[in-house]
Amino acid sequence: MIEVKGVEKSFDGVQVLKGVSCTFETGKTNLIIGQSGSGKTVLMKSLVGLLRPEKGEILYDGRDLLKMDREETQSLRTEIGMLFQGSALFDSETVLGNVEFPLMMYTKMTDAERKDRARFCLERVGLKGADEKYPSEISGGMQKRVAIARAIALNPKYLFCDEPNSGLDPKTSILIDELLSDITHEYQMTTVINTHDMNSVLGIGENIVFIRKGHREWVGNKDLVYTATNEALSHFIFATELFQKVKEYVISNGHS
Amino acid sequence: MIIESALTTFGRYCIFMSRVFSVPQKWKVFGRKFLQEVGKLGLDSIPLTIVISVFIGAVICIQMQLNMTSPIMPAYSTGLATRDILLLEFSSAVLCLILSGKVGSNIASEIGTMRVTEQIDALEIMGINSAQFLVLPKILAFMFFIPVLVVFSIATGLFGGWIIAAFTDMIPVSRYIYGIQTMFVEWYVWYTIIKAVVFSVIITSVASFYGYYVKGGALDVGKASTQAVVSSSILILLFDVILTKLLMQ
Repeated sequence: MIEVKGVEKSFDGVQVLKGVSCTFETGKTNLIIGQSGSGKTVLMKSLVGLLRPEKGEILYDGRDLLKMDREETQSLRTEIGMLFQGSALFDSETVLGNVEFPLMMYTKMTDAERKDRARFCLERVGLKGADEKYPSEISGGMQKRVAIARAIALNPKYLFCDEPNSGLDPKTSILIDELLSDITHEYQMTTVINTHDMNSVLGIGENIVFIRKGHREWVGNKDLVYTATNEALSHFIFATELFQKVKEYVISNGHS
Repeated sequence: MIIESALTTFGRYCIFMSRVFSVPQKWKVFGRKFLQEVGKLGLDSIPLTIVISVFIGAVICIQMQLNMTSPIMPAYSTGLATRDILLLEFSSAVLCLILSGKVGSNIASEIGTMRVTEQIDALEIMGINSAQFLVLPKILAFMFFIPVLVVFSIATGLFGGWIIAAFTDMIPVSRYIYGIQTMFVEWYVWYTIIKAVVFSVIITSVASFYGYYVKGGALDVGKASTQAVVSSSILILLFDVILTKLLMQ
């Protein structure tokens, strides 16, 4: 579980996070949602330590990230997997090399054991036969899968995904969502997903944190969003006619 | 304002270098990257070094012959001057200025692209010291290989002069060969290698620094690459003066 307490972060005097507090639960897909510029990317970067907030606490199962020394932070990071918006695969490495990389850095596995583990992870995300290809030779959806395989290679306790569906077609987006949800439940990870995708919100949002203007505006789950009274949240999620109709249908039928 | 900006940049460079020069997390991975960089930065620079050195060696030989023709100058002085120019300046300073274009822009754009595509963030998230992981192998590999490039440059530059002697009637081959052997000072070889090693650190570290701190997109990577080449060229010239003063007194 990750607990965020009163996190504040500013850039050049402009406060982007204004005392955000929320909890991301273990074994659940936790979603951070909000409009562009609301501060959700800053929150995620603060969570993983790429940015350092001025105030607050970020507790990883009770361990405060902001009070850790260099060694403790490094140790914690071996428990973290991250999927970046653009996949962030290493261009110079093959697909297999990318997945092997964290294993090479942090385990004493032999070459054969490492390759076996990397191939297992690639199979787990539904990628077979692309081992020797380079990232530039595979599609965006496949790159996301490789990035997920790399993120789970060390069996992380915490998985962070920054807009995992950006640039993907709706069908591939749903597959990626399902994959993230499946591995979260399978490995009992604390998964935090930063997303704009309403299909993800309504599909896999087991714990949803809505950020608006640097504040935590609303917390709930995919079933509660239909009946939420928060106007800003309703405007954000049900902005299109299609989602409005989905909402009306769900409310009138009493289920999602 | 300019001084403040320069000092700030220098301070950031020092902090960056303190991160670069730390103990590698995995020696095996470091060794593999080191060898890759020797190939990429060193071996791949051999063709350029040879081509440039042959032509410059030939040009120096022609210029020396044309401008030093005098009854009081011995015929071998063209070979001697060609050798000493190659040894003292061309194969260290000028060669490194040219290589800063090739190697420097290559490094700055590679690391800059890794920055804008979040590959460096990915390394940091994995708990890896990205500055050390990416930059140290480059600096050490180029430092290790630059003496080889210098020796190639001297040898092929002298060969360029020999071509002029052999295929034109400007200077007899025997006089040229005698000239490049006479009054040889071994220290000049060490001097040029020491200078080149210092320049190799400048080229790789400055280019890495500009690439590492890129913000933005492709356009900014291009700008960083240009800045890296310009800055390292100026620093090479500055250190050329300093080292010449220190080593040749």
